[in-house]
Amino acid sequence: MAFISSGYNPKKPMENRLTDLGPRHFAEFYPPVVAKNKGKWLYHEILEPGILVHVAESGDKCYTIRVGGCRFMSVTHIREINEIANKYCDGHLRFTTRNNIEFMTDKEENVKPMKEDLLSRKFAGGSNKFPIGGTGAGITNIVHTQGWIHCHTPATDASGTVKATLDVLYDQFTDMKLPAKLRVSMACCLNMCGAVHCSDIAILGYHRKPPMIDHEYIDKMCEIPLAIAACPTAAIKPTKIEIGGKELKTVSIKDEKCMYCGNCYTMCPSMPLADTEGDGIVLMAGGKISNRRDAPKFSKVVVAFIPNEQPRWPTMTATIKRMVDAYSKDANKYERLGQWAERIGWERFFEKCELEFTHHLIDDFRDPAYYTWRQTTNFKF
Amino acid sequence: MAKFETPFLDQLETGPWPSFVSDLKQEAESRAKNERNIEYQIPQDCCDDLLGVVELSYKHGRTHWKHGGIVGVFGYGGGVIGRYCDQPEMFPGVAAFHTMRVNQPSGKFYTTKFLEDLCELWERRGSGLTNMHGATGDIIFLGTTTEQLEEVFWELGHNLNQDIGGSGSNLRTPSCCIGQARCEYACFDTQDICHDLTNEYQDELHRPAFPYKFKFKFDGCPNCCVASIARSDLSFIGTWRDDIRIDQKAVKAYIGGEFPPNAGAHAGRDWGPFDIQKEVIDLCPTKCMRYEDGKLEVNTPECTRCMHCINVMPRALRVGNDKGASLLVGAKAPILDGAQMATLLVPFIKIESPYTEIKETVIEPIWDWWMEEGKNRERLGELIKREGFQKVLEVTGFKADPRMIKEPRSNPYVFWKEDEVPGGFKRDINEFRKFHQR
Repeated sequence: MAFISSGYNPKKPMENRLTDLGPRHFAEFYPPVVAKNKGKWLYHEILEPGILVHVAESGDKCYTIRVGGCRFMSVTHIREINEIANKYCDGHLRFTTRNNIEFMTDKEENVKPMKEDLLSRKFAGGSNKFPIGGTGAGITNIVHTQGWIHCHTPATDASGTVKATLDVLYDQFTDMKLPAKLRVSMACCLNMCGAVHCSDIAILGYHRKPPMIDHEYIDKMCEIPLAIAACPTAAIKPTKIEIGGKELKTVSIKDEKCMYCGNCYTMCPSMPLADTEGDGIVLMAGGKISNRRDAPKFSKVVVAFIPNEQPRWPTMTATIKRMVDAYSKDANKYERLGQWAERIGWERFFEKCELEFTHHLIDDFRDPAYYTWRQTTNFKF
Repeated sequence: MAKFETPFLDQLETGPWPSFVSDLKQEAESRAKNERNIEYQIPQDCCDDLLGVVELSYKHGRTHWKHGGIVGVFGYGGGVIGRYCDQPEMFPGVAAFHTMRVNQPSGKFYTTKFLEDLCELWERRGSGLTNMHGATGDIIFLGTTTEQLEEVFWELGHNLNQDIGGSGSNLRTPSCCIGQARCEYACFDTQDICHDLTNEYQDELHRPAFPYKFKFKFDGCPNCCVASIARSDLSFIGTWRDDIRIDQKAVKAYIGGEFPPNAGAHAGRDWGPFDIQKEVIDLCPTKCMRYEDGKLEVNTPECTRCMHCINVMPRALRVGNDKGASLLVGAKAPILDGAQMATLLVPFIKIESPYTEIKETVIEPIWDWWMEEGKNRERLGELIKREGFQKVLEVTGFKADPRMIKEPRSNPYVFWKEDEVPGGFKRDINEFRKFHQR
C-alpha cells in the first residue's frame, strides 16, 4: 500500500489549490428527454407500482422505474446500477430524496426488459437488489441515519432497524393498497439528523441514561467549558473531586435535567452515554410534511420505549405493523395516518392500534406541553 | 474467507428488502480479490473491519465509534466529519474512518460516467462505501484516513470539478426536489435556484461563521417532497396566484373512469368508482369548488392551493400560470426547544434568476440579524421565538400580514415602541400633578 500523491503538496497547501467550486451543474446530467421537456410536463401516471410515465406537452414520454435502495451503498453496487442504466437508460439515472433509485428512459420497449432484469438480481444472501415500488398509496423507502455503522451517539442501529422494518412492510412497498401514502423515517438519536419529526411513522433511537464521567481523564481529554456549554438543558456543572488523594477538575451532571442527547459526548469523549439496557426505540406517528388538505403535522410519541432487540427488533416491527394494519383497515381513501388519528381521536387510535397509553406520552416539556392537553369535555369513551 | 464471524449481521441478509450487510460483504470480497489491481490508499480490509465493528455493536447493543475531533481540509471548516473506532487494535482497518460530504448536483440526476468517476476515486482513496445520499442531500463518502482527506479533495476538484459540502455551524448543502425537470406541479426551477444559491454562498458553506447550522431547501409545490417546511431555516415552497387551469374534458374522463384518480396511486385496492363529489369537492379544505351541470368550477380567491384536487386529477387540473414561491422561516428538528415548523414570512415572491431580490431582501438581512443576535448553537427558528416574529419583519422590512399567522394574539400585552405612541414615553410628572393630587 504505497502512498500515491494526488498532486497535493502538504508543504504548500495553497499551491494550485481549487476551492469553492460548488457542485457540478445539474443540467450536465439530465437525460435528453428531461433536458428537452423541462418545465413543460403535462401530467404523470403510475402505470403499475414503481413504474411511472411522465407526459410532456411535446408528446414525449419519460418512463421511470423506481427501485428501493439502501442509502448505505458500496461502489460495487453503484457500478451495478450503472450497468443497468447503461443498458436501458443511455447512461442516465437519479436518486430520490428518499434514497430510491430512478431509472428513466423515453423508450417504452425498454421498460419490460428492464423491470425483469431488475427483479432478477439478488444479493448473495437472497435479498432483492432492486425492489420495484415506492409509489402511490403505499410505503416508500425509509430514510434513515448512520446508526452503529458510523455514528458516535446512536441509541440503536439505523440500517438494521430499517432493513427489519422494510422486510415486514415489503408488500406495502410493492403494492398500493393503503388509504394514502405512508412515510416511515428513522433517526438513531434524538438529534434527528434524519429529521423524522414529521413522518407518518417515525422510528427514533433513544438513550435513557445520563452520560458516565471519566473523572480521571476528562480534564486531560476535554475542554470542560465546551462540554458544559454543549448541554442544551444546563444539566452539567464544573466541579472538583478527589481520587487517590489527588484533586481533579471534572463535571457533575444533574441527572433529572439530562435529556440524553449526547451533545456533551460530541464535545468530550470522556462522557459516553451508550448503554445496552438504557438504549432503545421510541415510536412516533401521525406526522406529515405535505400541505395537502391540511397543514403539515409533527409526529407524536405513541410508544415511549421498546428495547433494542437486534438483529431484527421483532417487538418494534410488530408494533409498526399493527399501526399500519389498523390504519389500512380503518382510514378513508386519501386520509393520511395523522388525519385518520385526528378524525377518530387519539383515544381511539391507541385502542385500534392496541397500544398501551402510559404517562410518558403526556407532554411535559416546556410551554408547548399545555397546548397538547385536553381542555374540553368532548372525548370518546 | 471472511475475516470475522458475523452471526448477528448474517441474520439481516435474508428477507426481501435489499440487505446492506450483503452489500458490505460484497465490497469486502471485491477488495480482497482486487481484480482491478487497485493501489488501495487505505487498508484493503477496511470493509471486513467495518463488518467486525458493526457485529460487535450488535453484540453489545452499543456503538463503537468516537467523535472525530478536528479533521478537515485546509481552509474549510466543514464537509469532513472525523470518526475513530474505539477498538482500533481489533479493527485497525477502520481505526480512523472519516466521512466526507460531497455536494450533490441539484435534483440528484447523474450520468453513469460521473458516478463511475466517483466510484473509482473512492474505491482507491477510501472505503468504497457511500451513502446515496445523506439526510441533508450530500453524497456521503463513508470512511477514509486523515492523510487521504486532502488527496480526495484535490482529486475531486482537479479531476472532477467537484466540491465538498457543508457541516458544522455553516450553510449546509442546499437541496431541492426534482422540480420542473420531471414534475408538472413545480412552480419554479428548484434546481436552478438551489445551484445558484449554493455557489453564491460558497464562503458561508465552507467557512463556519454562523451561530449554528443553516439550511435552505426548495420544494416546487405545496406537496413538499423534500420536507423544506419541516427542516429548513429558509424554506421555498412553490405556489401560484391565479386560477387552477381546468381541462373540463379531462374532468369528465375522470368521472367516466377513463383516467385513474390520483395518477393511479390507489390502483392496488378496489375503492369503487371515482366519485368527484366525495373525493374532491367534499375534501376541499376551503369548499371553494363545485361541480354542476357537467362543469367543475374553482372559486380562486378562496383556494389555499393545498394540491388535493390537482393530485387527484393531474390530467384535468394544473397549477396556475402566475407562479412563484412562498418563503417560510425557522423550521428545525426537535432538539432543543421542541420541533418547529417553518413560519410564513413571504406569501408570494417571483423566483427568477439571478434571484437578487431574494438574496438582498430576505437571506442577507436575516443572516446579518442572526449572526449579530443569535446565541451559540441557536437555530434561526429559536432566535425568532426568543426575539419575536416582529423582529424578522423589522430586519427584512416586510409588512405584517394576516397570512403570517394562524390567529391573532389572545393576550393584549403588546410591547409598544416609543415612536408608535404619540408624544413618546417621556412625560412631566409635575405637569401631571397640576391636575392630579398626590
